[in-house]
Amino acid sequence: MAERSFAKEVEKLRLTAGEEFAGEGILAVTKALLQSGVGYVAGYQGAPISHLMDVLADARDILEELGVRFEASASEATAAATLAASVHYPIRGAVTFKAPVGTNVASDALANLASGGVTGGALVIVGEDYGEGSSIMQERSHAFAMKSQIWLLDPRPNLPSIVDSVEHGFALSEASNTPVMLQMRIRACHVHGRFVAKDNRRPPTTVVDALESPRRDTARIVLPPASFVHEHEKIDIRWPAAIDYVKRHNLNEVFGPAESAVGIVLQGGLYNGVIRALQRLGLADAGGDSRIPLYVLNVAYPLIEDEFLTFCAGKQAVLVVEEGQPNYIEQAFGAMLHKQASETKLAGKDPFPMAGEYTGQVMLDGLRGFLAAHAPDLLSDRDRSPNRAVVPVDDATLSQNVPVRPAGFCIGCPERPIFAAMKLVEKDLGPHHVAADIGCHLFSILPPFSIGATTMGYGLGPASSAALNGSAKKRSISVIGDGGFWHNGLSSGIGNAVFNKNDGVIMIVDNYYSAATGGQDILSSRATNRSRSTRHPIETAVRGVGVTWVRTVDRTYDVNRMKAVLEEALTTDEPGPKVIVASSECMLNRQRREKPLVAAAMTRGERVVKQRFGVDEDICTGDHACIRLSGCPSLSVKRLDDPLRDDPVASIDNSCVGCGNCGEVADAAVLCPSFWRADIVHNPSRWERFAAGLRLRVIGWLQERRARRRLSFGAEVA
Amino acid sequence: MTAIGFDASDAGEVGTTQEAGVIKLAILAIGGQGGGVITDWIVATAERNGWLAQSTSVPGVAQRTGATIYYVEMAPGGGPVPVMALAPAPGDVDIVVAAELMEAGRAVQRGFVTPETTTLIASTHRAYGILEKSAPGDGIGDAAAVTEILLRSAKRLILADMETLARDKGSVISASLFGALAAAGVLPFSRESYEQTIRDSGKGVTASLAAFAAGWQTVRDPQDPDRLEPRPQKVRSRPEPVGTAELSAAYHRLVHRIETGFPEVAQDMLLAGLEKVVDYQDIGYGRQYLDRVAEVSALDAVDRGALLTVEAAKYVANAMAYDDVIRVADLKTRGSRALRVREEAGVGEKQVLKVTEYMHPRAEEVCGLLPRRLGAFLEARPKWMARLDRLVNRGRRVRTDTLFWFLVLYTLGGLRLWRRRLLRHAHETQHIENWLDRVKATAPRNYALAVEILRCRRLIKGYSDTHARGLSKYDKVLSSLPALLDRSDGGDWLRRLRDVALKDEEGSDLEGALKTVESL
Repeated sequence: MAERSFAKEVEKLRLTAGEEFAGEGILAVTKALLQSGVGYVAGYQGAPISHLMDVLADARDILEELGVRFEASASEATAAATLAASVHYPIRGAVTFKAPVGTNVASDALANLASGGVTGGALVIVGEDYGEGSSIMQERSHAFAMKSQIWLLDPRPNLPSIVDSVEHGFALSEASNTPVMLQMRIRACHVHGRFVAKDNRRPPTTVVDALESPRRDTARIVLPPASFVHEHEKIDIRWPAAIDYVKRHNLNEVFGPAESAVGIVLQGGLYNGVIRALQRLGLADAGGDSRIPLYVLNVAYPLIEDEFLTFCAGKQAVLVVEEGQPNYIEQAFGAMLHKQASETKLAGKDPFPMAGEYTGQVMLDGLRGFLAAHAPDLLSDRDRSPNRAVVPVDDATLSQNVPVRPAGFCIGCPERPIFAAMKLVEKDLGPHHVAADIGCHLFSILPPFSIGATTMGYGLGPASSAALNGSAKKRSISVIGDGGFWHNGLSSGIGNAVFNKNDGVIMIVDNYYSAATGGQDILSSRATNRSRSTRHPIETAVRGVGVTWVRTVDRTYDVNRMKAVLEEALTTDEPGPKVIVASSECMLNRQRREKPLVAAAMTRGERVVKQRFGVDEDICTGDHACIRLSGCPSLSVKRLDDPLRDDPVASIDNSCVGCGNCGEVADAAVLCPSFWRADIVHNPSRWERFAAGLRLRVIGWLQERRARRRLSFGAEVA
Repeated sequence: MTAIGFDASDAGEVGTTQEAGVIKLAILAIGGQGGGVITDWIVATAERNGWLAQSTSVPGVAQRTGATIYYVEMAPGGGPVPVMALAPAPGDVDIVVAAELMEAGRAVQRGFVTPETTTLIASTHRAYGILEKSAPGDGIGDAAAVTEILLRSAKRLILADMETLARDKGSVISASLFGALAAAGVLPFSRESYEQTIRDSGKGVTASLAAFAAGWQTVRDPQDPDRLEPRPQKVRSRPEPVGTAELSAAYHRLVHRIETGFPEVAQDMLLAGLEKVVDYQDIGYGRQYLDRVAEVSALDAVDRGALLTVEAAKYVANAMAYDDVIRVADLKTRGSRALRVREEAGVGEKQVLKVTEYMHPRAEEVCGLLPRRLGAFLEARPKWMARLDRLVNRGRRVRTDTLFWFLVLYTLGGLRLWRRRLLRHAHETQHIENWLDRVKATAPRNYALAVEILRCRRLIKGYSDTHARGLSKYDKVLSSLPALLDRSDGGDWLRRLRDVALKDEEGSDLEGALKTVESL
């Protein structure tokens, strides 16, 4: 069950010709795929394209009606390999994943696909996770397009342009027998906008048709001598065909006046940012009409030499606005101008910084710098020599007091107690090398846990501690999530550890979902899924590849047990990898699943027990050790209205879901007795109510008896 | 071509595009606060009024409790379709909505708030960052200082506790912020059209509309003094203690002694301290408390604002009301506490409440409960202690709503009457006497240092390991006394050492600081 239901949005996929579609960029892509007659779609979820996968999963009925096959791939490599269906068959196929992580994982399949070429249009939609809010290393997908020769589309970030480029992407792929990559920047994926829809098209050839009349052509298989031929084909046939298509359909766009001393070349995805900067410099109007000529590369690769040189003709200087590094586009254009012995000066990474996102301020500064150097008369006096730069207020008071807000585990997250246990074990056995992995559990590297030394890629936690094995007195601990485990960790990590007789400890965090990407089901999910096969236990798989020491903790909140198992794993004499499967359901998903059921049961008058935690503020001394072992958003602090108290005390707010971590940690770490758990029984039985009433009366009598013998200070009643 | 855009030549600052008719709005929120909801509402309201609107966000990991920014641009429909940016730029945002006070500070920090253009609507409530919460001691950021910056950063500032406004109506902050945005009048839409958006959303409509109205009201009604200023600290009123006439009379004699025998500036603190120790033990303990403070106060200097007395009033009370098993059991079995739990847990008449306490006694705690001699005998024998520890040291989840466990704790709480004869009390008394002796010895020679010695009591807190760690930090910090005694800046140094000790859980920074002091 995915984090967000798209049941309502899916209806937008049924819009017919002429109707207006309004919604998120990534939904528009989904609709564009159906309008293009796509035959199959596959992918691996992850920001920012998770919604595309979730929408497709919820759109099962529409896809079935159209005869479109949808796969939730095991990995990006699987997704890319799925495009093999377009090698021999004239079927349009699209796959999607997060770039560049996904591109890295998929590169083997992508390279083979690009070598043999395709018959049906093959589209790789990559969600560019770059800049603010990105969760991964900052690299460009552009390099992959260049090395494997895959055409790269980077459309202007508005819905009509994005939708057009999906349709052109398929056609371009077919015209040049080459897979095409469509790059979607993170904000474009989530941009809310509109476009006029077309009718959905049934694929002319479906995957069923292909299965029933199979084809093969050895010339398309990547094996010598065909592979040598492919390299020539790429240059001699496919490249010219692509250039021809791009030019014929004007995929790249030119805006602004025909004559000008300067011009700007930009990646399509940066168009809105460039226009905004021009607007702020008084050089463009609201509608984007620019006083400086713009050459917009909706096709970022291949670059089209004559288009570019024509644009440069007669201009003194041209600026390349290209985000990220290396500056492949600028380098290529530089070579073109040089060979032409052109007089036109090329600027790019000189007014702009070599690295980093082109935010609004960077864009403004870069354009102003370029114009000041090459066309100062276009700038106002103020912009030519600004008296005061607009810079963010760097007030020491703000930097001291505005708190950093690192991402952290959700309220009631079952992974929190795992790392609390790990921290407590470190107190007893000393610090260990901890190899982290990608997934929610990676938040352990941030405060308050601060556990984990490296993260080498999705599912590669155990693999990344492979070398750290030997006769040391300590063992390495590797963390991996259930998502990463099924993605590749079973073979790259666990199987590898068994085979190489690695002695380390592997902690598999099993929260029943691929939680970090939005709660999608995976092989070991416990839910019944109509269209997928679930409930395949991780422990069985681990034993299947030869691990003998496996412990499953099926309630991670049991911090004492977690701690004991971890200590055993770190100290046992048994050889080979020690695998702990720590299982508890993702609390976000669990709440989403249970809340409506509990509410319904309560209204039906059934007995329901709700739990929550609290802190006795008189007993709490304000040391906050409990918070250093938790970080739960619902466990906070508050200042007491008491002049005798210096420090704020712990406090639990209404968002508490009663997971139990606070109490378990207080117990396991021998912290303090201030935590209490309330079990609130709704619709109790008659007997239960009677017994509780009796107890309350006796206890009340005792309380009054003692209160009578002392002074009572009313202020203590909250 | 004609530039409809901003003409930089005759305006004050570099480039805003306001003249182009595009309104730019950024929402700064914390993951989980519902920033996406208000963003969707704003877009829907703009579109309902025939405007073109574009919103973007960067969800992903930031959603999990991180700081998030949502960004909306909008322009009147009918004209050419405007090109809109996908992210806010410093110096170019018309409206900033901050769903928490420090997020408003962050907006200023990032340059989104400018005095020339920006209307800032911010909630004054705090959601503490993890480093603020996890700091041992007080790590909370200075809200007043940030508010002061907000006051001079925006063209127009609207501040109110939007969180409480919404919660009081059973809703969430997005609704009250939406109401405040509507009332601010910075967007040319009618109240009705905002409300229609909420109605169309179809979820929790009644509560959302009520919170919307509260948000609207707080902006439109200028009489509410809390709106622009952070709420002033309430002066704590001390209600009359309830008890027998005899006890009340005895208590009032002590109050009278405070009012006649101590400097006026220290009286509030003394009253609070007296209340605490009498509540902790009995009237006699209160008398002893005043005796102890009086001894210190006798050495006070008139020209120093009776600082020594004030601090003694505070920390002697805290030291005397040390946290022991009896105290915990007593507090957990009081009627007032039962009421508070019921209230916090939201238990109604028709529900049954079960309360579980998390206790983890160790041999030390049990030993502390024994009569002084017996306890000391046992304490001196590590093997016996280890045996006792094996017997008692484990987590105990205790249901205090059941008669059995209530009675156990009730009985433990009742040991209060014997507390003065028990081992722990002997330890604590000795510790307090040593501490006060140092203060008294220091005060005539170095007043500031004596004040700081009193304040070092703050280092001792918590239970079990935390308590032991606090004691050891206290000892380490005070070990620097001989070096500081005759230095005029001795008090400052001790304060610095204490601050380091407070922040430093493991104690390594403290070692470094002590070395520095040694080298003075």
